[in-house]
Amino acid sequence: MHPAYSVIVFTIASGAGYGLLIWLAIAALLNLVPRDPVLGFFGFGLALALITTGLLASTLHLGRPARAWRALAQWKSSWLSREGVAAIVTYVPAGALALAWVFGEFVPRQIAASAALAVPCALATIWCTGMIYASLPTIRAWHQPLVAPVYVVLGLATGGVLLCLLLANFGHEFRWAAIATVPALALGAILKRLYWSAIDNAERTYTAEAATGLGQFGTVRPLDPPHTQPNFVMREMGYQVARRHAERLRHLSVALLFLVPAVAGLMLLMNLPNSMQIVIAVVSAVSASFGVLVERWLFFAEAEHVVMVYYRGGSA
Amino acid sequence: MTSLPEPNQKKLGLVIDLDTCVGCQACATSCKEWNAGGYSAPLTDQDAHGGDPHGTWLNRVHSYEVGDGGGSRTVHFPRSCLHCETPACVTVCPTGASYKRESDGIVLVNPDTCIGCKLCSWACPYGAREYDYDDGVMKKCTLCVDRIYNETFEPGDRIPACVRACPTGARHFGDLGDPDSAVSQLVKEREGFDLMPAMGFKPVNKYLPPRPRRDHSAAPTPQATEQPVTSSGSLADRFFAWADKTLAR
Repeated sequence: MHPAYSVIVFTIASGAGYGLLIWLAIAALLNLVPRDPVLGFFGFGLALALITTGLLASTLHLGRPARAWRALAQWKSSWLSREGVAAIVTYVPAGALALAWVFGEFVPRQIAASAALAVPCALATIWCTGMIYASLPTIRAWHQPLVAPVYVVLGLATGGVLLCLLLANFGHEFRWAAIATVPALALGAILKRLYWSAIDNAERTYTAEAATGLGQFGTVRPLDPPHTQPNFVMREMGYQVARRHAERLRHLSVALLFLVPAVAGLMLLMNLPNSMQIVIAVVSAVSASFGVLVERWLFFAEAEHVVMVYYRGGSA
Repeated sequence: MTSLPEPNQKKLGLVIDLDTCVGCQACATSCKEWNAGGYSAPLTDQDAHGGDPHGTWLNRVHSYEVGDGGGSRTVHFPRSCLHCETPACVTVCPTGASYKRESDGIVLVNPDTCIGCKLCSWACPYGAREYDYDDGVMKKCTLCVDRIYNETFEPGDRIPACVRACPTGARHFGDLGDPDSAVSQLVKEREGFDLMPAMGFKPVNKYLPPRPRRDHSAAPTPQATEQPVTSSGSLADRFFAWADKTLAR
């Protein structure tokens, strides 16, 4: 599948934003950090900016961005619509929590109630994002049970990396954040490895013979293409990344997205000077950003669409 | 609504005879001609006179080499929307622009509410939907909904443009929900089949298999072809070309 930058930015930014929002809400619920307005301003500011940037980036993928609001209509059948609705709904508890935290003026239980609501809303939104892809049986690499869980875990892991950076930067206790982030990174690495193994070993059940119904006459090989230049279907669905490159990029994403931030998380647990801790947290965040970029690019580039058997023959 | 309507008796669709199709592209060009001015207008092309001409077409005709050695044959294969009974392209649509008509089962896109998210094209295994790069919305076969009910036409012309244009009578239009209709009878006689039935979308359109060969003279086996996806030459593409080279070392 063509790796559209708008969709890559959308899934990465909103995933990290919701992840950060979830961790901040948990911190508020469990009183893990003082309600410092500056931390609240930058923490929720960053989370909501990432979420909003992601959602706006996703509209750039549309042929008619001005009609984006229409996407909220069909939540009964469409995961894309559900994602949009969940994203809008999540703004309510997230906004209530952010305002209460930053301005310190709130009705009783506003913090507890909005934090308790923000967590499931944000989790549901990331889950819907994953299900947009996982619900498509036409794309073997996406129609996998691990796709939506990986989206959620990577959101939590990248959000956790950002949280460590924020807490270290504003001089707050961050050990709990590092202790929470490292297992999220480890779980992400395990799920991602299982996912890659699943898509590499998944049976290629859809063949050119089944696609044309001509299997009874023997193997089906493309002879004359229907058009001389690639059309929309080939440009959108026919993207191919060389297997050797995919292998290297997988290693690169594991190193940048999981290994470096996990080591950084462990180093944050040691007694180091605060300036060095900030540097470590920055390195971790930058590394994770590039790592998740490679991971998400591969998620699209490696996915093969069944329609290509009409053009290329073989199986998908 | 992109929830599917209650199943209806009437299922309008096409029956395509792979035995008599000669791959002349008349169905594809007449489809383009009619729809560029009809329901699907504008049906745009990009870079039509440049180095990378492409455009939105609702019907594509492939040619395949099927079988090996002396038993091999060339099969021309028109591919368009199959107006599935349970189409995923409809249920994934977030706006309701993609819908299946309750009255006759035709799957349509409302060009006034489509946001151009392209998710329906991802959901379709048959490549039936093409994005109109200039119009910003998805285009697909309408079964010539603006011809088949058009009372200003002679009754003989109230059929899809592709069926009207086919010089070999390889395309048939009718109600596949009626077991006594001519198309249903044809499917029964010739053992018509569904494409990729395992996908579970229950295509309405049927394909008729090539008839058995009468002679067994040897046929050549040409090589399969593949069209490369060309670079647009943008900064990003050049970056990936560089990354491609670097990673290949």
